[in-house]
Amino acid sequence: MSYNFGAMSLKLSYQLMTAEELRTTLNHMADDILKANDGRPVVLLGVQRRGVPMARRLAIRITEKAQREPQIGSLDINLYRDDLTRVAFQPVVRKTDVPPNIDDRDVILVDDVLYTGRTIRAALDALCDFGRMRTIQLAVLIDRGHRELPIEANFVGKKIATKDNEVVEVKLTEIDGEDGIYVMEKI
Amino acid sequence: MLNRKHLLGIEDLSRDEILEILDTADSLQEVSTRPIKKVPTLRGKTIINLFFEASTRTRTSFEIAAKRLSADVVNVSQSTSSVSKGETLIDTAKTLDAMAADCVVIRHFASGAPHTLAKLTKASIINAGDGAHEHPTQALLDAFTIRQRKGRLNDLRVAIIGDIAHSRVARSNLHLLTKFGAHVWLCSTPTLMPASVEKIICENRQFIHLTNSMEEAVHGADVIMMLRIQFERMNESFFPTEREYFRYFGLDRERVEQAKPDVIIMHPGPMNRGVEIATDVADGPYSVILDQVSAGVGVRMAILYLLLGA
Repeated sequence: MSYNFGAMSLKLSYQLMTAEELRTTLNHMADDILKANDGRPVVLLGVQRRGVPMARRLAIRITEKAQREPQIGSLDINLYRDDLTRVAFQPVVRKTDVPPNIDDRDVILVDDVLYTGRTIRAALDALCDFGRMRTIQLAVLIDRGHRELPIEANFVGKKIATKDNEVVEVKLTEIDGEDGIYVMEKI
Repeated sequence: MLNRKHLLGIEDLSRDEILEILDTADSLQEVSTRPIKKVPTLRGKTIINLFFEASTRTRTSFEIAAKRLSADVVNVSQSTSSVSKGETLIDTAKTLDAMAADCVVIRHFASGAPHTLAKLTKASIINAGDGAHEHPTQALLDAFTIRQRKGRLNDLRVAIIGDIAHSRVARSNLHLLTKFGAHVWLCSTPTLMPASVEKIICENRQFIHLTNSMEEAVHGADVIMMLRIQFERMNESFFPTEREYFRYFGLDRERVEQAKPDVIIMHPGPMNRGVEIATDVADGPYSVILDQVSAGVGVRMAILYLLLGA
């Protein structure tokens, strides 16, 4: 498998998770979120783009386990980026849909891959414009290291060591037509 | 992606560019519903509103859009600027450029004024209305409102009625709607219809229909767009009396009933109530006139973001 991603070409290095492993990992994350929040209702906020279907799936699992449906929403961080003047392609701004009155609530930010931490920095800035939450927690499917900011996740599906020239690609049925995680190499 | 520096008119925009602006506006509308209606995206950018004609909603709308994106906005109007001391447009523009403005939003009574500026300045130029030529942001916010209500821009019957001769709104809308294959009926008195309006639009001419009959224009319409009679541009008599104009070309309830049952009524504002539109229609259930105003902020935020954001 190799294809063009913008100007750079990617080549498959290895498959990190199968569809089944991805689903099991998400279920474990949902269970951890439930346990850590001690039965308190949480708000799941997916970071555009793959965080959004992830949040939806976590919500389904939490509803099954807790017999209570968590609120969900989506957050686009492009308006808060620190590199807008440096990116080659202007990012597409997608929908932000934060439930009203999330003051004093426990909010779980959901994203697919934690890398430099800059997306989460932008998401935290965005969230501060919606009120003062009781807690903001972070759930990511993959933590691949290489942080540039002091940011850590509360819930991690899998932590892996990666090289700088690698790209972690999370594929979700809702967006990509399949579930799976691949580590790609830039060539 | 919007790969251009200026927004001068609808005529040279592609369908993809128009859709990108509308989709971005769709996402940015949400910012106006937040408790804190501001994002830091254009922090440190300077936007100058340079208005040589009176304007309330366009200027305010651009100012609000810029401020919601955290840009700094300076308003310059003709009466309070050096223009009234005899400075030329070009010198004014060069002066603003020397102050490192990132964007100049210009409204001017002369067609082509923004295009002249675009050749001379380092700043991005946005046309906020030039003479009887174009008013691209109005056409974009109209398209946004139509798409929001009808779910599409193609396969629609749109009546544009009134002072076509003086209307840059009509021209920009005609360009935009026919690009998407909407059928547009232009309707006016012969005195307010430019002699060769169909020649102005070379492309997509099969989608343009001309009539002097209001009944024909509104029959089965999905959208009725009323234009303001621009008294300030009229130095001769184009119709006998306002009352007579309303009788033939004013939109009242009976005429609305000849359109589709789910018709929407639009007006770019400001309205002359009782001249081109009856008060009960302007305030009635089919009217989306205030939705147009709300859409204006989102669409202008989208344009500023796409031109200045990266």
